[in-house]
Amino acid sequence: MSPRAENTVTPRAEGTVSVRAASTVIQRGGGALVVLAVLAVFPLAVSNATVTTIAVDTLIFAAAAVAWNIFSGYSGYISLGHAVFFGAGAYTVGIAARAWHLNGDPVFALLPLAGGVAAALSVPLGLIALRVRRHTFVVITIAFFFIAQLTATNLSWTGGSSGILAPSPNWAAATFNDPFYYIALALLVATTAASWLIRRSRFGLQLRAIRDDEDRAAGLGVRPMPVKLAAFVISAIVTGMAGGLWFYFIGQAIPQFAFDPLFDLSVVVMAFFGGLGTLSGPLLGALIIEPAQQWLTLQYTNEYLSEILLGALFLAVILGLPRGVIPTAAERIAALRARRRRAPAREAVPQAEQAGQPGRAGQAAP
Amino acid sequence: MGRQIYEAIADGILDGGVYALMAVGLTLIFGVLDIINIAQGILVVLGAYLSYVLSVHLHIDLFVGLLITVPAMFVIGVAIQWLFIRPLRGRDRASMSLLAAYAVALIIEGLLYRVFGPNYVVLTASYVTSSVHLFGFYLPDIYLYGFALAVACVAALYLLLYRTRFGRSVRATMQDQMAARLIGINVNRVAAVTFGIGVAVTAVGGMMFGATSGGFNPNSGYDLISRLLAIIILGGLGSIGGALAAAVFMTTAEALVDIWSPDWAVVVFYVALVLVLAIRPSGLFGRAPARAQ
Repeated sequence: MSPRAENTVTPRAEGTVSVRAASTVIQRGGGALVVLAVLAVFPLAVSNATVTTIAVDTLIFAAAAVAWNIFSGYSGYISLGHAVFFGAGAYTVGIAARAWHLNGDPVFALLPLAGGVAAALSVPLGLIALRVRRHTFVVITIAFFFIAQLTATNLSWTGGSSGILAPSPNWAAATFNDPFYYIALALLVATTAASWLIRRSRFGLQLRAIRDDEDRAAGLGVRPMPVKLAAFVISAIVTGMAGGLWFYFIGQAIPQFAFDPLFDLSVVVMAFFGGLGTLSGPLLGALIIEPAQQWLTLQYTNEYLSEILLGALFLAVILGLPRGVIPTAAERIAALRARRRRAPAREAVPQAEQAGQPGRAGQAAP
Repeated sequence: MGRQIYEAIADGILDGGVYALMAVGLTLIFGVLDIINIAQGILVVLGAYLSYVLSVHLHIDLFVGLLITVPAMFVIGVAIQWLFIRPLRGRDRASMSLLAAYAVALIIEGLLYRVFGPNYVVLTASYVTSSVHLFGFYLPDIYLYGFALAVACVAALYLLLYRTRFGRSVRATMQDQMAARLIGINVNRVAAVTFGIGVAVTAVGGMMFGATSGGFNPNSGYDLISRLLAIIILGGLGSIGGALAAAVFMTTAEALVDIWSPDWAVVVFYVALVLVLAIRPSGLFGRAPARAQ
């Protein structure tokens, strides 16, 4: 069994309140603010439509990856069926906009409805799927995914195999992507904040206890079903809203793309790449993988190549970096710190040198 | 109407034989390695394309071609297990291996698209189009041959598992890997060979699928794997008899619903799965609920 630096359920920084922990929190918060500021001014600085299109796509997928991680990463139940919620959100926005003749900004007001529909779907699905564990759970989520795709194809009010068209707002081409960008950014920030709050809360602790050993957690007084279901529903709401936004942005939903097996795999790869069950891992994974994938698709206009590369990257991550970038980096930094802490005793490292070497992930030396 | 029902049952049973063969491979791999080979669907398609290449370019008969494709798929299976599954370690091995198999499936799918393109192809031979008049039905010859072959393969697998020394070590590994290791079974070798056998049956399944499905392309793997997963879960993971029964049950149910509405026939697979699991989480013939991790 491998040690998990950031993942194990231990009362770490929260419990041992020290000056260092407090300063780390401040530094991390500062880092997050810098990232947020860069993301907020990004559309003002870059006007190239190709780049901003990729950026919108990336933010939507980042929100979906963080949402997936709130359930699967924290609870350990790997869902390969989140495309159900993504597609349900897309179809909700499409059908509601068509029925109520909405266009332009008011369509964004349908996103909470998309999240609501996804939540309403996730309760019965969760009640069935969360009764089983491990493989069977994964496979049931896949079965749900296929039921959803076939249903969308076979029903008349979902537009059958030709799908459904989104309203096309008549916004100026130069700033067309901006509303999508900021809505996607708001969704991502809210999701990340939710993920952070859940991770710190008693609820998050219960989830991770379930991941580590569900039977023991139950023995210690955690009621697994409500906890798992709550995380499943929260995750579904965000995924549904991301799907609705994605649909409005892309302009069309057909069953194969609204309920896309590649969506499931992409989100999982992002979370695994960054670090399953960590706060920033899925975010980092999405911000790296999605632009790379989009760029490759544009560059080679051959979707099969990007499919092969996604598979190859995934294998490389699983085999070479199974715990993801963030936990591995955290471990390296901890090892480095431990070495430094021992060092002064022997050779008294000059203060200036220490100050000149801030830690790699924005964590300064002690 | 009554006649249609009998015909649907006959179709379902014949089709079920082929699905049973593919599902037995999958459930065998699960039983021994404790992983779900999600690439099984695309491997069936790969097997179908191998048969296609042999029959179109080299003019080798479909059934004779199996003498080449079965060993080829066995080698591919062993290679996948050795390269991508065996190195996985640690607590999350089960979900990791499932995802690794998914990645392998994605790569194979992409490669098939690059080589063969998205157009549908079909395997043809004289016996694919001819049929035999039996009990008042016209049954295509290929179904009868394929069913006979599937039954023979399943019987051979049964003999291998229950009448040979190797089979005994496979079953021991299925029961308790640690204990098997302690009594001197080379668990790594058993795992590799089992994965190879589980994949080798996809050569037979792929040939039959290619000849009877009315056309396939690299995307067909998704449909196949979802059916196979439904079958092995319904039958109870790791239960070979369960997989046989569930395969025939599912294909027959699908053929029956197909009389009424072809659009919804496929959905039957998954609805049946969800209903059964809502009542019995370990499947129809499953062992005790999932082992604790």
